[in-house]
Amino acid sequence: MQNSQAVKPAFAPGVARTFRRLKRYPATLIGFTIVGVFILLAIFGPLLAPYKYSDQDLANRLKPSSAEHWFGTDQFGRDIFSRVMVGSRDVFTIAGSGTLMAVVLGLTLGLLSGYFGGFTDEAIMRLMDVLLSIPPLLLAMIILGTVGSSRLNIVAVVGFLYIPMVSRVVRSVVLDLKTREFVEAAKMRGENNFYILFREILPNVLPPLAVEASMRFSYSIFLVASLGFLGLGVQPPSPDWGMMVSDARNWFNTAPWVLLFPAGTISLLVVGVAFTSDGFRRMLLPGGVSG
Amino acid sequence: MTADKASVLNVKDLWVSYATESGPMDIVRNVSLAIRPGEIYGLVGESGSGKTTLARALVRYLPRNGSITKGSISLGGTDLLSLPSNELRKVWGARITMVHQDPARAINPAIPVGEQIAEMARVHLGMSNSQARQKALEMLAKVQLPDPESVAGRYPHQLSGGMLQRILIATALTTNPQFLIMDEPTTALDVTTEAVILDLVRDLLREYQTAVLYITHNLGVVARICERVGVMYAGEIMEEGSIQQVFKQNFHPYTLGLLGCVPRINKDKSDIDLHTIPGYIPRPNALPSGCIFAPRCPLVEEACRQSRPDLIDAGDGHMSACLRWPEVVNIQPQSAKHARSERDASLQEAPLLLDARNIKKQFKLKRSGLANLFSWKSDTVQAVDNISIRVRKGATMGIVGESGCGKTTFARCIAGFETATSGDIILDGESLPPAIAKRSKAALKNIQLVFQNPDASLNPQHRVGESVGRPLALLGNVSQREIERRVRELFEAVNLPADYVNRLPHELSGGEKQRVAIARAFAANPALMILDEPISSLDVSVQAALMNLLAELQRANGTSYLFISHDLAAIRHLSDWIAVVYLGRVWEIGSAEDVFAPPYHPYTEALLSAIPIPDPDARQERIRLPGSVPSAVHIPVGCRFHPRCPRKLGPICETEEPPWQNVNRFHSICCHIPLEELTRLQAPSSAENEKERP
Repeated sequence: MQNSQAVKPAFAPGVARTFRRLKRYPATLIGFTIVGVFILLAIFGPLLAPYKYSDQDLANRLKPSSAEHWFGTDQFGRDIFSRVMVGSRDVFTIAGSGTLMAVVLGLTLGLLSGYFGGFTDEAIMRLMDVLLSIPPLLLAMIILGTVGSSRLNIVAVVGFLYIPMVSRVVRSVVLDLKTREFVEAAKMRGENNFYILFREILPNVLPPLAVEASMRFSYSIFLVASLGFLGLGVQPPSPDWGMMVSDARNWFNTAPWVLLFPAGTISLLVVGVAFTSDGFRRMLLPGGVSG
Repeated sequence: MTADKASVLNVKDLWVSYATESGPMDIVRNVSLAIRPGEIYGLVGESGSGKTTLARALVRYLPRNGSITKGSISLGGTDLLSLPSNELRKVWGARITMVHQDPARAINPAIPVGEQIAEMARVHLGMSNSQARQKALEMLAKVQLPDPESVAGRYPHQLSGGMLQRILIATALTTNPQFLIMDEPTTALDVTTEAVILDLVRDLLREYQTAVLYITHNLGVVARICERVGVMYAGEIMEEGSIQQVFKQNFHPYTLGLLGCVPRINKDKSDIDLHTIPGYIPRPNALPSGCIFAPRCPLVEEACRQSRPDLIDAGDGHMSACLRWPEVVNIQPQSAKHARSERDASLQEAPLLLDARNIKKQFKLKRSGLANLFSWKSDTVQAVDNISIRVRKGATMGIVGESGCGKTTFARCIAGFETATSGDIILDGESLPPAIAKRSKAALKNIQLVFQNPDASLNPQHRVGESVGRPLALLGNVSQREIERRVRELFEAVNLPADYVNRLPHELSGGEKQRVAIARAFAANPALMILDEPISSLDVSVQAALMNLLAELQRANGTSYLFISHDLAAIRHLSDWIAVVYLGRVWEIGSAEDVFAPPYHPYTEALLSAIPIPDPDARQERIRLPGSVPSAVHIPVGCRFHPRCPRKLGPICETEEPPWQNVNRFHSICCHIPLEELTRLQAPSSAENEKERP
């Protein structure tokens, strides 16, 4: 194809252009909207919720959707809609902090391993292989079963489990970047490793890292929900989506909405985050980098 | 253009448009073409001129957002634009075929090459398996591949680039098509391979009555094989005519400018500055209202800005889209000439800056496949085998050789990116450690590098002013104001507007990025600048401007250059000294003039005769190298060049390493053939006879 070497690129202002692009990718737009709504819920959910999440109304237990209770009520007569709204905060804080931890540690290990190579690389990557070789949910259950389940412990487990994935992505990007000419030019003028790593390489790692982080976030949401389902998540009476699904299994025959609404919410958020992640990939990595 | 009854392909007033984010863009406008059977029509233009889009439109193979908005295309009476897609598929391959630029990507890697040709014969000629196989062998023999039987059974990765390109040509000609498009078919090849392929194309097409559209950016290639040529600029044809008309008597200032941009092998930087075309190709959605070339044209006058000139016949089928075409003929490209000074003499005596002695670099190569699992042995690649090169202060040493000869590895050893296996690098009397990590800051600062790929040489996340200022900041105790002042100076020195300092690399064109890279290298005020193919990926007009810039900066700063290139004309233009490298060794070294005049090493001679010269009257010796460069793992014994040498003496070449012979104090050749004999053999050489334009 013709390249645009001699043609001066035109620049639409960044925001307008981003929006115009978004319109061409409806999935991304939907993803952004879903995630945006859930973020608002996470912040304002407890204020907006029509009922208190723990208010029991045993007279109105297992009622289907109605004008008063949009998502119906559960076995204790609690408003499912309010519980889902309030529960989103825990999902964001726990899955988000876990992802953040995985990203920070994975980035550090990936940078070191990719840039220095040799023994450092071997040591770090084989350690990551060990972590990867154990099924994540099993490992999470073992750890939480041993140290007990608390918000902090769940965050630590989620972060710990996803370090290998992040560090592998970062490493592969660094391996490519460190042979680029601009890095060689930096070596040529006598820059130290610190400068090359943080000023030359790191800024170029960020776009693929953002894509990877958003994908890890959607995995984390699922993991947190799974732990809740297994009873290893946030403890009652805090509304945990996974635990809500787990509890609702007993009434599925008579009151399927008790299960379907929380489960649907989990799916909706995971799909929204996945679409968002895809959109990030399209916007930040136009050339397409795997990872 | 009148619809020529005799032409196979008739294109009239074709418009091609792409739907883009910023609205529809007319990439090709108002193009008419007529190509007769058996004619090779050259389409030249710089990148972004729309040549590839035109070619794709001709076969109706545009990307999804592209469409033909106006015009007609007829092939031998069939109206291609009204053909339904199932009919079109029958035309593709049978009546229209295409040869692409990169043979390695155009051939399916998982199917033996003979099978791919046979497939064409089966599908389009309705042949049986055995007939098709026979046809494939016949085609392979036609493109002069040795031993067609064995080649037919091989997979693409077992063949060299030149062989693959022959196979593509064989595939394209299997169905004896009416129309063949060749899109830069030799651009990815070495100059000696290119010469062989061009000869083959020219000879082969005499047998066929195929109309050929040959797309290229290289005017020399056009001059060598085409009969007629169209010069395309920003989506329109600016000038069209026979080779003689366009090259000898051109009627358009753009063509004139392009021809002036190409360095010639009988002139160098101390004779002339190359002609340049200022400015850029306009974007298709921001075209000037008058003549599209007006903003860059040296002959522009008021009338040019008023209305767009039509492509008119200026006599004998020579078309020009210039209002002032009768005046263009009388104009010479404006090349500033330099008075030849005593500079040459003084340079030959200038003190040494770099003395690289007996540099060797070996790479261990793991064996591929299963062998690797069961064996600890590895093969050794002798990428650089005993190269000694000296660079004098303020002078340019050019290293020329084909791909894989070790020239880049050598440069990287000097720069310290590769640690030389053995040898000494002495810079300004001081011995440098081979590895970059062990070199002192002062030594690092003294050697700077300009890379080939402008896209990778600048950090995409750094503003370009920052990139240029960084080497200054590294020196320490320089104030921020002082740095900004120097950056402005450097930007001015490389002819970039001062407000570019705040731009990001992706906002710059390839040529501009390379200017920033040069400014950055000069910011450290180095004594030695390594230029590793700095202009190869750019358009000719941009190349010319950069070569002028490099020559000017050298005159102003007295910097020494180590200039690495496969482009002999560029090497000749910029270098004071030249070393010719083949398979990791130097075979001829001397002052630029001496190397380009007989006696030459037979390899140099072959290289010179392969250069495509943009002059249809240029007479060159026809010396062609058979085969391809042997791998550096299995280096031939005796003289390394003997398997391909057209002047091989006899058994001595196969057994004994050739001796160095001194032609004069500065010029040496490594060959068994005595110098007197070389001089006699090469006496009627005409590479130097390239005539000047009248």
